[in-house]
Amino acid sequence: MLLVPCPNCGPRNSADLRYGGESHARPDPATAAPLQWRGYLYLRDNPAGWLRETWYCRSGCRRWFTLERNTATNEFRDPPMPGDKRGGKA
Amino acid sequence: MRGIARGMRRRPAKYSAAALAWRGLKGDSWPRVWRDTELKRSYDAVVIGGGVHGLATAYYLARNHSMTNVAVLDKAYLGSGASGRNTAIVRANYLTPEGVAFYDRSLQLYNSMALDLNINVMFSERGHLTLAHSDAALRTMHWRAEVNKLQGVNSSVIGPEEIKKVASSLDTSDHPRYPILGALYHPPGGIVRHDAVVWGYARAADHMGVEMHQKTEVLDILCEGGEGADGKGAGGRVTGVRTNRGDISTPIVINCTAGWAGLISAMAGVRLPITTHPLQAAVTEPVKVFLPTVVVSGSLHVYISQTDRGELVFGAAVDAVANYSIRGSLEFTEELAGHVLELMPSVSRMRLLRQWSGLCDMTPDYSPVMGFTPVDGFLVDVGWGTYGFKAAPVSGEQIAEAAATGRTPELIAPFALSRFETGELVGEKGAAAVGH
Repeated sequence: MLLVPCPNCGPRNSADLRYGGESHARPDPATAAPLQWRGYLYLRDNPAGWLRETWYCRSGCRRWFTLERNTATNEFRDPPMPGDKRGGKA
Repeated sequence: MRGIARGMRRRPAKYSAAALAWRGLKGDSWPRVWRDTELKRSYDAVVIGGGVHGLATAYYLARNHSMTNVAVLDKAYLGSGASGRNTAIVRANYLTPEGVAFYDRSLQLYNSMALDLNINVMFSERGHLTLAHSDAALRTMHWRAEVNKLQGVNSSVIGPEEIKKVASSLDTSDHPRYPILGALYHPPGGIVRHDAVVWGYARAADHMGVEMHQKTEVLDILCEGGEGADGKGAGGRVTGVRTNRGDISTPIVINCTAGWAGLISAMAGVRLPITTHPLQAAVTEPVKVFLPTVVVSGSLHVYISQTDRGELVFGAAVDAVANYSIRGSLEFTEELAGHVLELMPSVSRMRLLRQWSGLCDMTPDYSPVMGFTPVDGFLVDVGWGTYGFKAAPVSGEQIAEAAATGRTPELIAPFALSRFETGELVGEKGAAAVGH
């Protein structure tokens, strides 16, 4: 089981959340070329280590948030605080 | 340099009843299945990943294209990754015409494998049932059946009564929460002993002069002329690989590393549309054989087969969270047990022996990524997600052809990395995966 530190609800079982995957800055719709959109849509860094990723607290506060997790060890770091607007789909 | 003429110099120890009796009488021991050789400084091609895909690629490079100065590198031992962790199911009943043609070729190669490689791979052509629990699923089954028939693949949709005749232990009544409405029945599907396939390819490739180097980890891929740092990236060219046992120079590097595919490709400056997810599987204690076919339920996220030893082997959907850790979880076991009992209430007293996990390299469209990359000489055979084992022979054959001839074979052209730039995705989610 993975205990995910939700900024609003505290540690929650990962089954209570929806995993949103890698968090990357969205290209600027005004200037982005199709190739940039394809890269944003499909290409992934997929590191074996620290990864900034998005989560959706499905059965709790129902908010998207981003945090850093080590994909090799499943440690979390830098959990966001309530009201934190960094990145993600918040 | 070792050419084809010298490549065949080692006579293979033939596996046969006569050889068994002769060696038994003489008290001879069997020779080692493959050699341990010194790592050379230069090869015509280097295959990264000593799993079933990498070994099949090396085998076909040697057999079909006379390229025997080839090294297969693995950071652990041969078949230590997903090749020895999958649930050993083979089938060709896919959804897209591209997929069906591809996997059908793979099934043909599995059919003749025991003879080709002179090893008993225990191919059991026992039939494959994909259950439908909803009208939507049944519609997809009809779709798959029609696509399959057009391609000459034996598939048909059958109802609950016929399902009961094929696999009587399935609960085909209307009692379960998700009753079985029908199934896609695919008689050519079955199971193969996955370790024997790995050993068979390794042994056959070794006989032709290919070298297998275990415990040889690739630390970097050496490139020149590319737009990125150190000459990596688009427009560049592969010159060699750096390993924990020293540098090797080679013009061709083939990435066959499944879960680690993204990390290896990044060494050449190539980004892939891949995320790595663990897939868990489990096996029960052995009982008398009662399940004659492979049973799959997409809605219940489970596939079941019974081995020749009598153990039930269960597989499931990949874990939702991207991960390089291959730890099992209790949630998996609980969910699996619930779903299996919904299908087959009669196994409720059976005990699980063990569970394990392997890494899957998932792509957005559930089709692989095969062929050339923007880096010259760097080929990928990745993105095999949850369907790599059943595709191993044809992947090896096709990637070997691409590497040896420099041209993309027609069969794998739809799976090129460039499809993610052009948007021509090959959507196989409806037939490649359970749990969607």
